[in-house]
Amino acid sequence: MLEIKNLQVNYGGISAVKGITLSVPEKSIVTLIGANGAGKSTTLRTIAGLVKPRSGEITFLGENIIGMDTINIVAKGITLVPEGRRVFANLTVLENLKIGAYLQKDNIDDDILRVYDLFPRLKERSWQLAGTLSGGEQQMLAVGRALMAKPKLIMMDEPSLGLAPLIVNDIFDIIKEINKSGTTILLIEQNANKALKVADYGYVLETGNIKMEGKGLDLLQDERVKDAYLGTTKK
Amino acid sequence: MVLVSFETFMQQLANGISIGSLYALIAIGYTMVYGILRLINFAHGDIFMMAAYFMIFSMVSFRLPWYVSIIIVIAFTVLLGVIIEKVAYRPLRNAPRMSIMISAIGVSFLLENLATYLFTGVPKGFPDIAFLTKAIRIGNISLTVATLLTPIITIILLYVVLFITNKTKIGMAMRASSVDFETARLMGININRVISTTFIIGSGLAAIGAVLWGSKYPSIYPLVGVMPGLKCFIAAVLGGIGNTTGAVLGGFILGMAEIMLVTFLPALTGYRDAIAFVILIVVLLVKPTGLLGEKVTDKV
Repeated sequence: MLEIKNLQVNYGGISAVKGITLSVPEKSIVTLIGANGAGKSTTLRTIAGLVKPRSGEITFLGENIIGMDTINIVAKGITLVPEGRRVFANLTVLENLKIGAYLQKDNIDDDILRVYDLFPRLKERSWQLAGTLSGGEQQMLAVGRALMAKPKLIMMDEPSLGLAPLIVNDIFDIIKEINKSGTTILLIEQNANKALKVADYGYVLETGNIKMEGKGLDLLQDERVKDAYLGTTKK
Repeated sequence: MVLVSFETFMQQLANGISIGSLYALIAIGYTMVYGILRLINFAHGDIFMMAAYFMIFSMVSFRLPWYVSIIIVIAFTVLLGVIIEKVAYRPLRNAPRMSIMISAIGVSFLLENLATYLFTGVPKGFPDIAFLTKAIRIGNISLTVATLLTPIITIILLYVVLFITNKTKIGMAMRASSVDFETARLMGININRVISTTFIIGSGLAAIGAVLWGSKYPSIYPLVGVMPGLKCFIAAVLGGIGNTTGAVLGGFILGMAEIMLVTFLPALTGYRDAIAFVILIVVLLVKPTGLLGEKVTDKV
């Protein structure tokens, strides 16, 4: 569905992504794990058209999307749940959902109900300003907002960042649920353990290069991955 | 401090409300642009000045009736505002904020000098719109229709602007863009269109303000927009810049303060223009976010 070939991106004068190749098959969950500064966010931001790459190819459903404006990329069916949630604090929960469907021409009432089904908490807080929500609720809103665009591919940038462990579990459950309903997911996480457990396939990014790749569960067993990202103590 | 008769007081009260609502109309333009771009559009007062000239040309040179002229003036002023944004501000969207502000000052000087070059510095008379300048008497108070109508028009337009920002799709996009451009783009919002809309609304209100202003002070010269521009900026700061209702409130307070100074302390009439700056200094010292100002929250 999404194919990236030899992507290089400069960010603020330094090369953040140094030629990565990856592929996201339809209906799968693919995760990109790696430490801070590995180039994960830059990769997602480049796919979303927020950053222009130096070289490389990005194709979505067979179509080249490099150089395309973010609006058109969203219209093609790619959405990004940005790092730090970035809900519109001055808008109500309902307005945040409505604005997620900004490009939708049809009636969006059913989509709103679907998001409320997925996140009953949001329904209760429908008229509250998004800025008054807790971190976990804001993350739910950010995901719900992205779903309103009816994406084919949803990219999530560190959805578990800064959330309480129980909420993190909720978020990963929801990621699985969204995927089951047919949406492809590209997930970035520092929480490698959780991410690899839900992912069909994973890539390990280190300072702008892909160091390793493999099935989620295989990477989870890999000694090098364990040492570097899963925090298991050496024997 | 002098004692004034009840009639004089009422007369001046009406004047204060009227001039205050004029300030309010122009202040909305400052506050909306600031809300989205975090830019103080220093050219706004000069857009107002150009609108007054457009009215003179439409009515005097082309002899069009006032109601046709007003529509033409609004259209041309809106066009001017949108072009200024496209040419002078849009290319600097990602530049440091100081650059775009300097660009705004540049546009201001450009318009003032362009007007001097094209129309000369000799003041031109604003065409008389008989309907607006007609005097009516209420008891012993004599007022022009313009004085009575200005606050009504301002309140109606405030409601229209609030309706657009709070109840329409583009208004929602404006509010979203005002906090986070990038995330707004991720929603599929066309930021350029949102910003253009802001300039359309602000310039349109400035055009209406210019027509009402001209009917009150019918002498138009290339620097006529400077002082109202500064005062309306101060009104916007007083009300809490970025907040539309605040801008209107600030305009009313400023207009009233000015007129009351002249009424009760006629010896200080020469300081009429200074009071705005005194208010500015006090606001910046005591409550920099203004009366209804948004809380400053850091973007994450």
